[in-house]
Amino acid sequence: MPFDVLIVGGGPAGLAASIKLKQLAGDSLSVCVIDKGSEIGSHILSGNVFDPSSLNELFPDKDWKEEVESATGSIATPVSVDEFLVLTETNSFAIPNLFLPPQLNNHGNYVISLSQLCRWMAQQAEELGVEIYPGFAAADVLIEEGIVRGIRTRDVGLAKDGQPKATFEPGVELRARQTLFAEGARGSCTEHLMDEFNLRKGPQTYGLGIKEVWQVPKEQHRPGFVQHTLGWPLQSSIFSKTFGGSFLYHQEPDLVLVGVVVGLDYQNPYLNPYQEFQRWKTHPAIRPHLESGECISYGARVLNEGGYHSIPTLTMPGAQLLGCGAGFLNAVKIKGTHTAIRSGILAAEATHEALTSEGVDPVSETFEITTPPPHVKAYQEKYEASSIKSELYEIRNTHEAFARWGVGPGLIYTGFSTFITKGREPWTLAHNKLDADATAPAKGFSPIQYPAPDGKLTFDLLTNLQRSGVYHAEDQPIHLRVKPELQHVPTEVSLPQYAAPESRFCPAGVYEYVDKKLVINSQNCVHCKCCGIKMPREYIRWTVPEGGGGPQYQRKERTTAKNAQENFASHHDRKKEAAQAKDNEGKTSEERPNCVNQQYISYDIKGI
Amino acid sequence: MKILVGVKRVVDYAVKVRVAQGTVELANVKQSMNPFCEIAVEEAVRLKESNIAKEVIALSIGPKQCTETLRTALAMGCDRGIHIQTDLRTDYMELQPLAIAKLFQQIVAEKEKPDLILLGKQGIDSDCGQVGPMLAGLLQCPQVTFAAKVESKDNGFLVERETDAGTESIHIQTLPAVITCDLRLNEPRYATLPNIMKAKKKPVETILAETMGIDLTPRNPVLQVMEPPPRKDGIKVADVDALIDKLRNEAKVLA
Repeated sequence: MPFDVLIVGGGPAGLAASIKLKQLAGDSLSVCVIDKGSEIGSHILSGNVFDPSSLNELFPDKDWKEEVESATGSIATPVSVDEFLVLTETNSFAIPNLFLPPQLNNHGNYVISLSQLCRWMAQQAEELGVEIYPGFAAADVLIEEGIVRGIRTRDVGLAKDGQPKATFEPGVELRARQTLFAEGARGSCTEHLMDEFNLRKGPQTYGLGIKEVWQVPKEQHRPGFVQHTLGWPLQSSIFSKTFGGSFLYHQEPDLVLVGVVVGLDYQNPYLNPYQEFQRWKTHPAIRPHLESGECISYGARVLNEGGYHSIPTLTMPGAQLLGCGAGFLNAVKIKGTHTAIRSGILAAEATHEALTSEGVDPVSETFEITTPPPHVKAYQEKYEASSIKSELYEIRNTHEAFARWGVGPGLIYTGFSTFITKGREPWTLAHNKLDADATAPAKGFSPIQYPAPDGKLTFDLLTNLQRSGVYHAEDQPIHLRVKPELQHVPTEVSLPQYAAPESRFCPAGVYEYVDKKLVINSQNCVHCKCCGIKMPREYIRWTVPEGGGGPQYQRKERTTAKNAQENFASHHDRKKEAAQAKDNEGKTSEERPNCVNQQYISYDIKGI
Repeated sequence: MKILVGVKRVVDYAVKVRVAQGTVELANVKQSMNPFCEIAVEEAVRLKESNIAKEVIALSIGPKQCTETLRTALAMGCDRGIHIQTDLRTDYMELQPLAIAKLFQQIVAEKEKPDLILLGKQGIDSDCGQVGPMLAGLLQCPQVTFAAKVESKDNGFLVERETDAGTESIHIQTLPAVITCDLRLNEPRYATLPNIMKAKKKPVETILAETMGIDLTPRNPVLQVMEPPPRKDGIKVADVDALIDKLRNEAKVLA
């Protein structure tokens, strides 16, 4: 099945690229997006405080906030308060905003659900003629004569032992004149490309983000409230080298998005990121935000922290790397969505130029690929000239400063670099170590006693895991593969030397040791990609399971009978006021669309 | 032979539903084809592949997203689709089995006149299992429910039917007939990517439910919808005597 452009991954980068390609080319180029989630958005997990600059570039004439709200019910809430706290076990100190790097100023940004934004972007893409196929996982990259030709989707209908069942269907080859890989951080095809084409110049370093969505009573809700913390529980002294912190965002109408990010270059093998998250919630500065609320969703995903110096070569013959798959997340701003969208736009522009200048009839007309896929170096050049590079260059040494000297010196260096040198310092703090190699042997540490969950504010892992909606068809081969040359590592290295850190860092409880043997509960996997990164010796290779499995992150909006009417009433009132205000200014106020797709049906409850 | 298959769009079977506003919450919830309808589609396509049937038509009733469900049926091998569009909730809250059966009846008797109607045994949202038998009653034609095996025989079908007491073999001698499909009938195929792409070109006809002249008002008012009460915590007892005491006096399961 040939296309002009194939995009692997239906996240913000992939969808932005597909939209831009259609805006430039119309019907003259065929564009296909595939995604391993059952629907677009199912595997999208992010904080998210969104910088809309690149989305506005993509859709200069659309009010994306209105459209997302009427299409999905998700409300993009303008940031109203920006708080930065340093926590100790019992206390908290706010860092005044004027001491914070300018990157952390969220004025003009919005608290959003990235999953719902992607769902809306997918609708826009389909309206422009992009073919989107969720539920299909790209298993292998087709490389012939040193050129990327496309991908092959995963075989389906294999039993757990690998034998074909009656429903077996072999994977399908999707070929294109250019393949854009937008798989997100640590994408499985992307990792393969890194090896094949030697794209990496230095290792990437990652953080594991774990998130919960809470629904809280109206009295507690502060729309647009944005808070980040450092300190307890991850850092107990100013020289602590465990990188990470928390986020807490209030989104209309009644949602609080909370989570913790733990740098995966941590040393202590007894560290349990999920439990750190649970105990962080009990802090007196955090607990009041969530009390009396209900946790309705849970998920986890790794993110890139290496910044500028960890970005690989972005192009190779026939393919390009977009978004977090390349590593464009700005760790000081704590944002990667705007750079992902921008990279999608740049890749689309470069690809469009390359394909239309070849003088070849497009696949959209001939249904065949007649020339070898080009190497679109123009994308690399566009990146070098872009705001992605300039904003990442400014903070290029900050993350490594934390890694080398600890959180206190790291903060000082970040201040120094963001206010004064802006990346122009004449040295490079190079990052050279794999996160997996940063784990220190267990004998230098002792197990951490985490508090037991109380079932109201803190939860045990498996209860929370249910809230991710994770599901995989049972009878299929285990997708988490122990590398053949490292078969001995689990029982001879990980368990005895490092006390089995995988039984602690996996946010889905996939890995456990039963009777000293490794058990892999692959059906729990939420596709966070942490294991491939942090396993001792990186003994796991993460491969895609059957398409359509994994977490189901779309479902966010949820109302309970008791607080629904009030929350929506107040939101409607605010919108009416805003519409009134606009009216009074003399501008036309368009009819505001219904904010939720729900039908408010009242049933007469007779005699009960 | 022409086969009509009913496909229902329901909340995905892996989703945990919640109650809001006195009813099951559907906003932003993942929805997909009813698993029993998938089995019905698979059986219909197999009958076509073994040349017993010439045409398979998929019928779905519901909002405009039902066209996605129909596309899946088309990707599995149906030839064309009919979508009866309505915004009434099809999970028993607004559109109930009798009305659904009447909509089917009009399509069967006046429009398509199929030889066989295949349905799933029940929808996993309403769990009624009534449309099949009601439709057969309205059409005055034979019905076999809970089919675990369907074979062509003479000019009809030999169907094995699962009951609590065992399996019955029923010979359907005259057509049209209604068969509702149970779990053990077959394992539905995956909709492959090439088939999904081809399915886009297959025709889907949309009819508005209001224009069909059928009274769709629900016959049974739904009084209350609630989540099951939360499971109570278990308790630990000190010894066997305490356990027997509790089983006898509190749980009352021992004489």
